[in-house]
This record gives sequence, C-alpha cells and structure tokens, in this order.
Amino acid sequence: MLSLSSQFPILVAIAPLMTAPICALFRGKAAPWAITTIASAFAFYISLQLLLTVASSGPISYELGGWAPPWGIEYVVDLLSGFMLVLISGVSTGVLLFARESITKEVPTSQLGLFFAAYLLALTGMLGICITGDAFNVFVFLEIMSLSSYALIAMGERTDRRALTAAFQYLIIGTVGATFYLIGVGLIYMMTGTLNIADIAARFPEIEGTRPILAAVGFIVIGLAIKLALFPFHVWLPNGYTYAPSIITAFFAGTATKVSVYLLIRYIFTVFGVDYSFEGLELTDILLPLAVLGFLSMSAVAIYQSNLKRLLAYSSVAQIGYIILGLALANETGLTASIVHIFNHAIVKTGLFLSVGCMFFVVGSTYLKDLEGIGRRMPITTFGFVLGGLGLIGVPLTPGFISKWYLVVAALEKGSVIGYGIVALLMISSLLAVIYIWRVVEVAYFREMPEGTVKEEAPISLLVPTWLFILGSFYFGIETSFNVGIAKAAAAFLMGGA
Amino acid sequence: MSFGFFNYWVFIILLMIGLYTVMSRSNLVKKMIGLSLFQISVFLFYISMGKVSGGTAPIVVDGPLDTAAPIYSNPLPHVLILTAIVVGIATTALGLSLVVRIRESFGTIDEEEILEMKDGA
Repeated sequence: MLSLSSQFPILVAIAPLMTAPICALFRGKAAPWAITTIASAFAFYISLQLLLTVASSGPISYELGGWAPPWGIEYVVDLLSGFMLVLISGVSTGVLLFARESITKEVPTSQLGLFFAAYLLALTGMLGICITGDAFNVFVFLEIMSLSSYALIAMGERTDRRALTAAFQYLIIGTVGATFYLIGVGLIYMMTGTLNIADIAARFPEIEGTRPILAAVGFIVIGLAIKLALFPFHVWLPNGYTYAPSIITAFFAGTATKVSVYLLIRYIFTVFGVDYSFEGLELTDILLPLAVLGFLSMSAVAIYQSNLKRLLAYSSVAQIGYIILGLALANETGLTASIVHIFNHAIVKTGLFLSVGCMFFVVGSTYLKDLEGIGRRMPITTFGFVLGGLGLIGVPLTPGFISKWYLVVAALEKGSVIGYGIVALLMISSLLAVIYIWRVVEVAYFREMPEGTVKEEAPISLLVPTWLFILGSFYFGIETSFNVGIAKAAAAFLMGGA
Repeated sequence: MSFGFFNYWVFIILLMIGLYTVMSRSNLVKKMIGLSLFQISVFLFYISMGKVSGGTAPIVVDGPLDTAAPIYSNPLPHVLILTAIVVGIATTALGLSLVVRIRESFGTIDEEEILEMKDGA
C-alpha cells in the first residue's frame, strides 16, 4: 500500500531539504557538488513522474502526516504546479552540471559545503512553494528560499564586494515583501478560518468585497509584486543578479522570480477568482500599466549598461513585464502566453547567463570593455550568446517568438485602442531588445581583441550545459507541443475551474 | 468602538514605525532594528486575532459532563506565529551578519558613505 510513488509529492520537497545538512558536513571540491547534483536530479525525475501522472489522471492530493485537509497541510500537484516543478528542478540540474568547474573560481573551496547546502535550501523553497496547497506553508517555503538566496548572493563577495550590499538590500526589500504576504494571509484566515488554498477559494465568494478581504488582496498582490520584481519594485534585482556568483545568477534568473509569478497566478485565478479579480477589483487597471511601463523602461535602461550581467538583469525585469501583461489581459490566451513565457524565458535567460558565466571563467570580468573581441577569442561561447539573444528578441523559430505571438493575439482579442496600443508597444520593446543585444554583438565581433590575449575557449564541462540550454530553447521554439500544450491546458483549467 | 480594535491600531502603528525606520535611516544596524519591529508587529496582529472574548487557554479540562464546555481561544494563530518568530530571528541574524561583513569590507556601516565610494552600492 505504501509504495514509493504515492510518496512522490512529499519527496520532491523533502529530498533537497534533507540533503542540505548532509551536504554542509562535506569538505573538498567534488563531494558537496556531487551530492547536490544527485539530489537535484532526483527531484527532477520525481517532478517528471508527477507531471506525467497529472497529465494522464488529473490532480494529485497528498495529505501530510495523514491529516485530512483542511485541517492538515495538503500538497497539491496540478498541471500548472507540476509544470513549475519540472521547470525549476530541470533548470537547477542543468545549472549544477555547469557549477562543478565554474564555482571553484568564485567561492573558496573551504566554503563549498555550506554554499551547496544553501543552494539546496533555495531549491527546496522553490519546489515547496509550487507544490503546497496551504497558504501559510507557502510563507514558510518563501522564507526558506529567500533567506538562502540572500546568503547565496552575498557569496559573490570574493569577485566584487558590492555583492554584500546587494544582498543586504535584497534582504530588506524581500523581508518587507514576505511580511506583506504574511499580513494578507492573516487577514484571509480571520475572515475564512482556514489556510487551505482550495478551502479558501471555496469560501471566498461569501466574503468577497468585505474590507478585510480588500486589504488582504492589496497586501498579497503588493507583497508578491515585490518578490517577483514587478516594475517599480524591481530595484533589488539588478544589483543582486550582477554581483552573485555566475551559477546563482543563472539559477535565479530562471526560477526565483518565476515562483512568485506562479503564486500571483494562483492567488488571482484560483483564490480570488477571475470574476472578482478583474471585474470586482479591476486588477487589470493596476497591473497592465505597470507591466507595460516595466518592459518599455527596463528594455531602454538595459541599452545603457556597461556590465553584461547587469544588462541581462534589466532585460529580466522587462521580461517579467511581458509575463504580467499576459495575466493582466485576463483572457485565456493571455494567461497561456504568461505560462509559456515563464518557461521560455527561464530556458533562454539561463542559457544566456551561463554563456556569460563561460566568458567570466576565461576573462575574469563581465564588463563590456573587457569583453572586446570576445567573438574571436571564444567563438563557441559567443555564438551561443547570440543565439540566446535572438530568443530574447523573439525572432521566429525561437521560443521568444512563441510567447510574443500569444501575447499579441491576446492583446488583439482584448480589442479596442488599448489592445492595439499594447501590440505597438510590444513591437517597440522588441526593437529595444534588438539594440541591447546588438551592442553586445558589436563589442564581441567588431572590436579588436586587447593586446596579448589569445584564443581560448571555456572548458567543455561549461560549454555542454550552456549549449544544452541554448539548443533546448530552439527545440521548444520549434516543437512547442510540450510547453504550449501544457500552458494551454493549465490556462483553461485556471480560467474555467476558478 | 475604536478601543475595541486597540490591538489592531497598535499593530498598524508599530508596522509603520518599523517601515519608516527602514526607509529613513542610513545606518544599517538601525535599518535592521526597524525591520525587526516591522516583523514583530505582525506577531501582535496574529496573536490578537486568536483571542476569543471570554475564552480561556485551550487546554482540555476534566469536569462533570453536564457543565457547559468552556470557551477556548483559538490556538492556531499562536502556533503559526511561532514559525514566523523563527523566520524573524533567522532574518535578523543573517542581516546582522551581512552588516558585519560589510563593516569588514567597506569599513563603515553607513549606507550614504558606502554609496559615495567608487565601487559602493
């Protein structure tokens, strides 16, 4: 009766959590890395199994400790959360393959055990947020993820001491965001007397429109907007991503903000319900302008950056704008675009940050002035970066094109002047992306290599994971049945099943 | 009437004092104090919401079967807030240890002085 597969929902969160303290005990270069990679790959395998089960036989509910919901904590895997689990554990495993050699340059060997322990805790937090069906449990996992990510960002200190101030700034802003979320959950608990998300959703229509619920929605939406770095709450992100170690930037760019987007989708569509969120509250009027301002201004700011990592970080904030735009449009195509873009952007951005990691490994800097002529110095890495850049712009055959296509269709479905205006602004933002990617291309291929440098490629153990993400992004740009198929089904479920 | 929500008023006032301290002080340790106050005010909010008027501590008492069951306060928010207290301690510890490292590295814990440095924040 107690077969292993029936315990998969808890194992996916427990495996990395339990491995973390073991990992902290090990010293040396290889052991902590190997343990972390095995735990992450195990979580990836379980996530895939869970997603396959959900796709064939519907949502899974797991009662923690045998206590029936709504009294006990319930873990729920549906299409959207299964999709997020696969994405997070997959990105994490790919990034870890890259980590073995690259991390030794950025973190002292004596601290590797603790470093990877923190990494596993961050992974636990992200997986836990996606799988849990309990509003307070979400807060706990959110803090597990955040606290370990502050520590991980501060580990970039050896390369640049500004990592410390960046981590401190993130700690202050992140804690304010998480506390807002906590207040929101408290207000909802006051009104409903339950913390189970499905149970809250069922009782929500009776109490919607009351003042504590209005306050709760405000606190939760703002708290999550801070966590997901929605413009203008994004100030922590560019600093954090710029000064963190390469693999941490690649890992967080693909997953950390996406998890908060997932939570926002959960709350808006499942808990508050589509009708209340967009007709009772008109959240579109708040989220849509911020999303549009976000992608326009941040794409423009990205053009003027002198540090390649910072340039990509600003571009990440802009991409968050696209994702929020999709869900703010409040139709099924828009939500599909959001979910598809969560996936596509994670793959593309992780690939890009990994190729920047290769450049850092060889050159020791990510400033554009130090990367002149990098296209001739490291041809394979730079070509990968350019292909990833095309995906960011949204050239056909790349995943960026797929998500922008759905966004445009969703905006046109909305119709009226606003819809057409959004399409025009999307085009302008894509052109801005062409400019900032072109700036890198110009530096990489049309400037002379500095005197005394020789052609030198990154080691094969760095190139293989990087190209895995780059080629993977093209695969998902051409053969879209996995990402678009699941996103469509999940969006239909969220819009209808709310 | 307004006294009926006394605890909630105090919660909001403490929350705002904490947030204001975080935003207005440039000394990083003072920022951490503000952040702690900000988090602690939420504990008060949760504890207040578990109180049932006339309720006693939620402990099962043995008594004759015909007496009415006593009214209990709701213990669940208190349990929840124990977790949040642990999170608050972890945040404060991590924040202060970052301040120590910043002091070692930059030689100051004043945000404005760090910003003035060429490779400041």
